[in-house]
Amino acid sequence: MKTEIVVALAGNPNAGKTTIFNELTGSRQHVGNYPGVTVECKEGFRRHAGADLRIVDLPGTYSLTAYSEEELVARNFLIDEKPDVVVDILDASNLERNLYLAVQLIELGVPLVLAFNMSDVARARGYEFDLPKLERFFGAVIVETTGNKGDGMTALLDAAVRVARSGPRADFRAPAVVYGKVIEEEIARIAPLVEKAGLFAGKYDPRWTAIKLLESDRELRKEVLSLEVIDQLEKSAVRIQKMLGEPPETAIAGDRYGFISGACQEAVRSTIEIRHTTSDQIDAVVTHPVFGIPIFLGLMYLVFHLTFTIGAPPMDWIEMFFGWLGGGIGAVWPEGRARLLQSLLVDGIIGGVGGVVVFLPNILLLFLAIAVLEYTGYMARAAFLMDNVMHKIGLHGKSFIPMLIGFGCTVPAILATRTLDNRRDRLTTMLVLPLISCGARLTIYALVIPAFFPQAWQAPMLWIIYVIGILLAVAGAKLLRRTIFKGESVPFVMELPPYRMPTLKAVLIYMWDLGWQYLKKAGTVILGISILLWALSSFPALPESEAARFRAARQEAASARMTGAERVDWIAGIDNEEAKAALLNSYAGRIGKGMEPALEPMGFDWRIGIALIGAFAAKEVFVAQMGIVHAVGEADEESESLREKLRQAYSPLVGFCVMVFCLIAAPCSATVAVTAREGGSWKWGLLQLGGLTSLGYVLTVIVYQVGRFLGIGAG
Amino acid sequence: MPLTTVQVGRRVKLVSVEAGQGLKGRLAAMGLVSGVEIEVLRNSPPGPFLIAVKGSRIMLGRGMAHKILVA
Repeated sequence: MKTEIVVALAGNPNAGKTTIFNELTGSRQHVGNYPGVTVECKEGFRRHAGADLRIVDLPGTYSLTAYSEEELVARNFLIDEKPDVVVDILDASNLERNLYLAVQLIELGVPLVLAFNMSDVARARGYEFDLPKLERFFGAVIVETTGNKGDGMTALLDAAVRVARSGPRADFRAPAVVYGKVIEEEIARIAPLVEKAGLFAGKYDPRWTAIKLLESDRELRKEVLSLEVIDQLEKSAVRIQKMLGEPPETAIAGDRYGFISGACQEAVRSTIEIRHTTSDQIDAVVTHPVFGIPIFLGLMYLVFHLTFTIGAPPMDWIEMFFGWLGGGIGAVWPEGRARLLQSLLVDGIIGGVGGVVVFLPNILLLFLAIAVLEYTGYMARAAFLMDNVMHKIGLHGKSFIPMLIGFGCTVPAILATRTLDNRRDRLTTMLVLPLISCGARLTIYALVIPAFFPQAWQAPMLWIIYVIGILLAVAGAKLLRRTIFKGESVPFVMELPPYRMPTLKAVLIYMWDLGWQYLKKAGTVILGISILLWALSSFPALPESEAARFRAARQEAASARMTGAERVDWIAGIDNEEAKAALLNSYAGRIGKGMEPALEPMGFDWRIGIALIGAFAAKEVFVAQMGIVHAVGEADEESESLREKLRQAYSPLVGFCVMVFCLIAAPCSATVAVTAREGGSWKWGLLQLGGLTSLGYVLTVIVYQVGRFLGIGAG
Repeated sequence: MPLTTVQVGRRVKLVSVEAGQGLKGRLAAMGLVSGVEIEVLRNSPPGPFLIAVKGSRIMLGRGMAHKILVA
């Protein structure tokens, strides 16, 4: 007897599939890897009745015709991986619609168990099910479950194991989903031709293939080369249209619903219709034409507040901890021994790990909030409210939330695009997200603006920079939707699920899962890039002659006649000069100098170039690097001495160009890494990096050259 | 007549969907097949359109709703 049983969980979106998956597998789950699959399928494990179950959570779908990527992934899994049993999770309080997928699973001929989920709700709403009758009708075992209370899980596993072991449909005879006379006639014409042409022989049943081809299933149609079949399909479509007055795909769907209605009329009694009453009352307020948007913005403010305000103290603790760790190592490190190793450990590794972990409080809190919004059903309402605005720029209403989070930090914002179901929407949003100014870039603006602009101009300047970013994001999204993500724009059709109370377990698993994935996948890349950038700015070390010169200068200072305070200043000045010399001598310094000809058209010198290399690690590093190259030591965005240096070295126009360039070009390494990871390919990370850097370069050159020509802020 | 012309609270029957094949199929899977009863719950331009079909709430973009013919 086979010990591992593969169980596939299928079901409509909002049927409670995730809750059941969490109940069945607990924390023993991970993201499964299937070749060519970009939509994630989670996997979990469970032992039951002497069998090891591998439970795969398929994407939520309404159907198995390849209309969307999710449907295709689900269908391919069912066909290619041949799970031992498929558990279809249905919202029992909305049975007819949910049975549509079940009928398609029956047609596919998979060993099937139907879980009538939320059966408690269904009963409370006045539904009565004649289960034995329904089981006979659909030829599948039916188990009643209440996912959010964990009821019916043992019965569900029992049924799954039994069906998996006894093979497909041992308990029942499969029902034939019989279509209307016209459609059946056409199926009878197409199926033999499909068989004769050997189409999908051994993979799909000819009848199933014929039905799918009639439904204009794109995936299957593109494989059909037989002219005979193509010709017949065209004739059949014309005939169905003529006889039934509608095209085959809707006629077939109509018949399936007819089949379901027939079954439900016999076996389901509905006494009252109250499924949506409470939900409708809530919706009357939260999607109100006038109050809806203020309520939404208020909730978003709360999410923002939760993420960045409550997240701030833990972030400080993490920074303090890593600072303390680095300082501690520095203090106990034997004087003068293996300085390079110490620097690698303190600045490279501890700094790098710290840089990764520091985002964790933000990410966990943000996903806690998003999980609650998503699981209660509010997210769908938010999309409803924002759709009008977002649709104009070619994006889905749901894209608004990641955009908003982007003002805090781009990394969690990219993770938040997971709530978008459509891949084109998701990638478009991810690619333009870095144009929304994040908190780290604010440090650059906070340094530069007061350095060059009078008080009255400071706030408008900051506003201008943010608006430039927003406008570019909008334009970028439009452009992407017209070029690489062209195609039938996915029209806005979305179900508003009834409001539900999310379970704590589901919310915590969602939150923890994303946090862990961030640490594991993005974290390793970010750490790698941090170490690389550390190496670039540490090697090669100052030549011994130079180092000796600084040592001598310090000794001289130590023995010179001056007050204690003067001496401290003096030595600090020497330290700053040494740090500057070391950075200039490093690869980063050399690259910065080498880039100067390319930077000149933007009005930048090599010092800005070096700082920009640092900004790739994290945007706020720009400020610190500027401090080093201008020999003012450790500077932050409040540093007046650094601002003074900037005023001496650059014109206000250059200051503005620095901000424009930092806004648009070269998103930080964490952003690129997360985009690559979430997009499923490095291609997307590199496209984002290359595209935004080119755009930033071109725009900054234009701003600088035009500004200089007109003499604006050039003095 | 197009669904967009239907007043809130009215119940109508779907006649056909004037859209591409993929979209028609997608809508059909969500229960929007010919003959099905649709109740218009929200129709406040320029916002999206909210309908009740087979016990679920479905929202549609305005352009989409315009392509759904009802009687």
